[in-house]
Amino acid sequence: MNFNIYDFTEFVNSIKLWLNSVLPPAAADIAGFVIIGICFLTFIVILGLSLVYIERKVCAFFQQRLGPMRVGFWGTAQTIADIIKLVFKEPLISKGSDKFLFNLAAFIVIIAPFMAIAAVPFAKGLHVLDFDIGLFFITAISSIGVTGILLAGWSSNNKYSLIGAMRSGAQIVSYELSVILSLLTIIVLTGSLQLSVIVESQRDGWWIFKGNIPAIIAFFIFIIASTAESNRGPFDMAEAESELTAGFHTEYSGIKFAFFFLAEYINLFIIAAVGATVFFGGWMPLHIGNFEFFNNIMDFIPPIIWFFGKIAAIIFLIMWFKWTFPRLRIDQLLTLEWKYLLPINLINLLLMALVALSGWHL
Amino acid sequence: MTEQELITNIETAPETQEYFINMGPQHPSTHGVLRLLLTLDGEIIKKVEPHLGYIHRSIEKMCEKDSYQQIVHLTDRMDYLSCHMNNEAVCLCVENGLQLEIPERVKVIRTIISELTRLSSHQLWWGVMGMDLGAITTFLYGFRDRELITDIFEETCGARLTMNYNVPGGVMFDIHPNFQKRTKDFITYFRKKLPEYDELLTGNVIFTERTKDIGYLSKEDAISYGVTGPSGRASGFACDVRKRFPYSAYDRVEFKEIIYTEGDCFARYKARIDEMWESMKIIEQLIDNIPEGEHKAKTKAVIKLPEGEYYQRVETARGELGVYIVSDNKKSPYRVKFRSPGFSNLSALDTMARGNKIADLVATMSTLDLVIPDIDR
Repeated sequence: MNFNIYDFTEFVNSIKLWLNSVLPPAAADIAGFVIIGICFLTFIVILGLSLVYIERKVCAFFQQRLGPMRVGFWGTAQTIADIIKLVFKEPLISKGSDKFLFNLAAFIVIIAPFMAIAAVPFAKGLHVLDFDIGLFFITAISSIGVTGILLAGWSSNNKYSLIGAMRSGAQIVSYELSVILSLLTIIVLTGSLQLSVIVESQRDGWWIFKGNIPAIIAFFIFIIASTAESNRGPFDMAEAESELTAGFHTEYSGIKFAFFFLAEYINLFIIAAVGATVFFGGWMPLHIGNFEFFNNIMDFIPPIIWFFGKIAAIIFLIMWFKWTFPRLRIDQLLTLEWKYLLPINLINLLLMALVALSGWHL
Repeated sequence: MTEQELITNIETAPETQEYFINMGPQHPSTHGVLRLLLTLDGEIIKKVEPHLGYIHRSIEKMCEKDSYQQIVHLTDRMDYLSCHMNNEAVCLCVENGLQLEIPERVKVIRTIISELTRLSSHQLWWGVMGMDLGAITTFLYGFRDRELITDIFEETCGARLTMNYNVPGGVMFDIHPNFQKRTKDFITYFRKKLPEYDELLTGNVIFTERTKDIGYLSKEDAISYGVTGPSGRASGFACDVRKRFPYSAYDRVEFKEIIYTEGDCFARYKARIDEMWESMKIIEQLIDNIPEGEHKAKTKAVIKLPEGEYYQRVETARGELGVYIVSDNKKSPYRVKFRSPGFSNLSALDTMARGNKIADLVATMSTLDLVIPDIDR
């Protein structure tokens, strides 16, 4: 086994060969699935924990305080302590709620991002699902989450939950449009929905730089719309703790509450990953055309670091929004989408088609 | 579909149903144990009914058993954010009844501390207002600056929130030697920080969208409901007690009565922000001119007010606080009644919130700056 931080293809293949050599073909496949599943579960847990910790620290620094400091060095074990608390808490189910849907909702909410994360290209060769409609798959799967939210609101037997869920449903369905249209703007240039092709197409520069003005507009719309789609501030209408106490997850406690909580952070990661892949080249280092010397220096930094660096930057941007802006009202939110973002998006798409046809992009 | 079909379709559409929601007594944005019974049509508010009584401590009744010195500390617990002004109201009322001559020094100290209290109350309000609209960061910024004022209070009288610094006849102790320097330092600091408040919230597009033309209160309604303080003045009701019926040292300082005519949430917000500037102006005029002298006039150990009725009003951070004492020449009053600003301001909530959405109700409530123990004595 030769491990190469710049290209995981050989490493992954050698594991596959080794599995095939020690196990019969069917068992080797199953063993492969299990290994991948375990890897993702571990990754998601670590991701969730670290994102919660990062969010707390970022928010604390914006608010001129320290954040968690007591449990572990600089409070690093705080989120682990919180998860332990949540796991051991009694899962309360309120009277008159629809128990089956109530339990199901939490699982749907968490399953959606679990499935979507499989299609994310982490580095060269480190990519589980790479088929020709990868981007479509991610957007489609991650929108299943909204059914979970609607179910949660409906089955809780709580008016606050119901209002929160209805708001959230309207919001997610509307903003899905903008997210997809802004991604389509770049797809016009790449000509493929396959994520590995999209990344590869940015070998001589990222689309945000190459794609002329429409790409920049598309990125801004993407950031706004995807923040709204993930129900985060300033678009956290569904939770809106000062209006609806906690919105659709008011009645949830213990581990099921943790599911909602974790799902929000994994969604955040997926959004950042899609944004980074489509606009900032995914794991592709920063390249400038044929400027060999510069490109070689950039290539020296491993792709996985590039990928997580870009994601960190986008996540920080989204967190920055959340801790700075007040919350919009639901009708203002829908006005923003249907009257402003959507028309801008459509015109932008047309503009991008024009750019692509005339060859004004690099 | 023809036009006729469309009309029948609309007419035969299933009727929507109004429903009720209990907002509170435990709800994050009622700022205490206020219970609002909302009648809603979807998210649109049809009616708001405040239900009180969850934090009633019968302060007025307790006053009938206590001596006049003891009454003062009960008023701390009404509107705890403008505790000093509440104390001052009772003290002024008692002093008027006794025809007591108050040293000039006391008047000036009381005015300075009143304005500091107003500043700290408005800082907290600003933070909470942002938080109600979803900008959680403002809360911590408000608290950061408020901390400095409470530090000054702590040094002056030992308490940070319910100070109980006033006694009938003066103030309990003389000011700390550091008081003037620290207050001046704070004013220089806060003059730099207040524009930061504007940067973070006032100029924000989302914030103005959320507050402009929301929770409208006309001048007529403001007067008939008795909405006072910054909330009333934002509707064009010139009701500043400090200007209309000056007490303590307010007759010798220059300040502007902030009046806006828009009557919406944004006007109420601006009125409070501007009031902070005016408070700083008042403090600056007085802080270097504290006259020498006694910090307390001589009073008897047992105060007995002559038989009669006494009324005194002061401007607290929320509006006009009235203290009405009926005395029958005993060591405790026959009857005490507080006209609390929060109660009258809350009564206008239904008029303001009707036809708006739930989110607007939250904005309206936070611009009214409700303190529940003040409403529910």
